[in-house]
Amino acid sequence: MIPGTRLRVSPSPHLKDRVSVRLIMFTVVVALLPASACGVYLFGLHALWVILVSVASALISEFLGYRAMGKKFTMDGSAVITGLLLALCLPPTVPLWMPVVGSSFAILVGKCAFGGLGQNLFNPALVGRAFLSLSWPALMTTWVSPFEGVSTATPLGTWKAGGGDTSLSALFLGNVAGCIGETSALAILLGGILLIAFRYIDWKTPLSYIGTVGLLMFLLGEDPLFHMLAGGLFLGAFFMATDYVTTPLTGKGRVIFGLGAGLLVVVIRMYGGMPEGVTYSILIMNAFTPLIDRYTRPRVYGTVGKKWWVRKK
Amino acid sequence: MKVQEFTKGILKRNPVLGLVLGLCPVLAITTRVENALGMSVAFTFVIVLSNLLISLLKRFIPRDVRIPTFIVIIASFVTIVEMLIHGYSPSLYEQLGIFLPLITVNCIVLGRAEAFASKRPVPETLLDTLGMSVGFSLSILVISFLREFFGTGKVLVFGHQVVPGLLSSPATGMILPPGAFLVMGILLALLKKARVI
Repeated sequence: MIPGTRLRVSPSPHLKDRVSVRLIMFTVVVALLPASACGVYLFGLHALWVILVSVASALISEFLGYRAMGKKFTMDGSAVITGLLLALCLPPTVPLWMPVVGSSFAILVGKCAFGGLGQNLFNPALVGRAFLSLSWPALMTTWVSPFEGVSTATPLGTWKAGGGDTSLSALFLGNVAGCIGETSALAILLGGILLIAFRYIDWKTPLSYIGTVGLLMFLLGEDPLFHMLAGGLFLGAFFMATDYVTTPLTGKGRVIFGLGAGLLVVVIRMYGGMPEGVTYSILIMNAFTPLIDRYTRPRVYGTVGKKWWVRKK
Repeated sequence: MKVQEFTKGILKRNPVLGLVLGLCPVLAITTRVENALGMSVAFTFVIVLSNLLISLLKRFIPRDVRIPTFIVIIASFVTIVEMLIHGYSPSLYEQLGIFLPLITVNCIVLGRAEAFASKRPVPETLLDTLGMSVGFSLSILVISFLREFFGTGKVLVFGHQVVPGLLSSPATGMILPPGAFLVMGILLALLKKARVI
């Protein structure tokens, strides 16, 4: 303060909000609660153990990883999200050592090795999932039906094998086989809408991502609603493709991200060997994020933008 | 002539983990300890003998065509070792596949020829290449041991079970290509952290 006045001299930014990393992260955790609760309700108590073990080992790994890096560990909640997201995209029958391995790998290799929160190139939870499905393909594709726990295939698995239709209402409510947190589009939508309402995530990413899948599947003669609701598309679109660190910063960039990821999902589902491709679509687009950010950089205020039709001299 | 010329290749200037050279064979053949052993023998044979010859001939090799000359010398020894392995151990020959003839263009071999053997006397060259061979063999043996153990749960060398099946569900990913990068990256990170390299 300058003496005798009420002028405060301080560096920018001058407008501050109460929003902090911690607040956002814990809001995301709250937004994931419906999907988690739904998973526990559908697949039983073992699903709850998977979630708890995954979150706990993510936190412990982050503590150890930051210590090894010589950084101070802060309880910012990002490790909780990584652990929770990883658990939600695991099959409900996995043995409990798998979330431990997956979470530790996600945090230590997917995040700490790159320099911690804000530095990682790829979504840590998906790095963990990709590692698990690469290493234990059989355990990662063992599915059970909700409530009864009888071995069965996921709706997309059945579709890939040329099998019959799954009712859309079951897909929307989540009464199908699949990963712990991915089956119920409704529960994910609840959390997603909460985050969009608080403007913590941009609606452009999920809309362009899910929209691209629907449109392309429609053009390819498949049932667009089935492909939008089945598998991990909703979970990926609302909670993983909107990660602040690993996805583009600008609105235009986010639309490009969604389009690319949607295209990849369709290509993998239609022409690839696997029935589902959300994990790899987001991971591959994560790799393109720096490039997208470079080409969608907004014009600096007050300057003349580059016009592609004006030839450079 | 210093012992240092021999020891530097083992840790400080380890060709794989310190200089990060010649990664194609390292990443490709380290799926099994057995392959790594075969590769180590072939590599040692080629690098030591070719570099000795290069060191002997360094006064007669014209500067302008030195690289093609080195390659011709290295390729001759690779051909010898390829024929020997094909004759004596066809199964190893199958396993090593294209990476055996590719020793010809291995940048460690050529790198030592260009940076060391073509400038230094024969005894020093011998020590240098032996040190590099030990460093290379050590690295690929460690990498392949970790990959085979975590990828298959046990380590089998020529039919003998060196490490019994300890893991009930091994991580198959470790013997796939991404596993090579993972093991290599984690090893590099740990060695850098411990300031060994």
